[in-house]
Amino acid sequence: MSVIEVKNISKYYGKVCALDNISVKFESNKIYGLLGRNGAGKTTLLNLITNRLFPTEGEITIDGDTVIENDKAIEKVFYMTEKNLYDEGHTVKEIFKWTNEFYQSFDLDYAFSLCDKFDLKPSKKIKSLSTGYNSISKLITTLASNAEILIFDEPILGLDAYHRDLFYKELLANFIKKPKTIILSTHIIEEISDILEKVVVINDRKIAIDDSVEKILGNAYCVSGSSENIDQFIKGRNPVNIEQMAAFKSATITGQLNDNDREAAKKLNLQFSKVELQKLFIYLTKGGRQQ
Amino acid sequence: MFLDFNSEIPIYLQIAQSVEDDIIKGIFKEETQIPSTTEISVSYKVNPATVAKGFNILVEEGIVYKKRGVGMFVKEGARNKLKEKRKENFYITYIERLLEEAKKLDISVGEIIKMIERSS
Repeated sequence: MSVIEVKNISKYYGKVCALDNISVKFESNKIYGLLGRNGAGKTTLLNLITNRLFPTEGEITIDGDTVIENDKAIEKVFYMTEKNLYDEGHTVKEIFKWTNEFYQSFDLDYAFSLCDKFDLKPSKKIKSLSTGYNSISKLITTLASNAEILIFDEPILGLDAYHRDLFYKELLANFIKKPKTIILSTHIIEEISDILEKVVVINDRKIAIDDSVEKILGNAYCVSGSSENIDQFIKGRNPVNIEQMAAFKSATITGQLNDNDREAAKKLNLQFSKVELQKLFIYLTKGGRQQ
Repeated sequence: MFLDFNSEIPIYLQIAQSVEDDIIKGIFKEETQIPSTTEISVSYKVNPATVAKGFNILVEEGIVYKKRGVGMFVKEGARNKLKEKRKENFYITYIERLLEEAKKLDISVGEIIKMIERSS
């Protein structure tokens, strides 16, 4: 058990609304992607879940217990933030030992073995690390915390392709060995779309999408062909994006694709292709208001 | 095992098809183990629930079976069963598509037959 329930949460900074009456449930033993454009309210939501901010209205619970000033609920969560929250004069090893004090389930051996894999020297001071290695030290601390809920805010900031690949693999291995609730808040959607089971999209201060990746992608398709034939095909359908190059046109359409659609497309010489989660995200949040 | 992440076919179906392919090719032999959920999930960076969904198809079709605490094994007779299934689909998957493309290019059936005879 490690279920996060966000119920009717609103958050105002003065008169500025950051989250407007949102409700969402993060179920146990699933990997979630928390997506949204810059300033959409992702970090605000994560800070509310981890009791770093107080909501203006609403309630958040972990396994039924409120998160406000409640160690019992909060200690189930390990939150990797974008910012460094500790004194940067400490070494990586000291951070591990310090975390071990607060998280009884912290696995020191696992942390050191991850340092080996990522080629991070535990004797290094945090302030001497590059952006990438700073992220890596935080990733390792989070993975090794063994908390029931792991939250990563922009985990791959500054990581090169090799280290990103390694992180995704270690994350999955960790999750399979001991299932837990994982929330990945990120802008790099395409790389992680197959890792995720569910996706929550915040747009314009509200929850825009809350569904499984499979359902989201199963409910959209891309079709292309000659401009006139595409125009004919999209009549009465729901295109979220249309791209045209000379006489060629492609349309991304939301809705289920059935045999009749396939037959109609075949007659018009149209071709279907996969919609990527990232592209769908771009189309659906195009109108999102920036703060 | 080969997965195409740009394909229109969902990943869980590709996982099932890919294991089937390797059984037909004789890479995964009958009564031997296929890769574990962990192996596929970690090496292809795919959610384990997606892999499990692919495996379920194979279990339901009677292609593989689960040995408790060990993993998934290829059933006896799986290879022939898969060959029969693929033969049934051969017309739709290959012949229909071939004729479609040929029609676009104005290639007659007679010409296609000549091509096949030349290559065999």
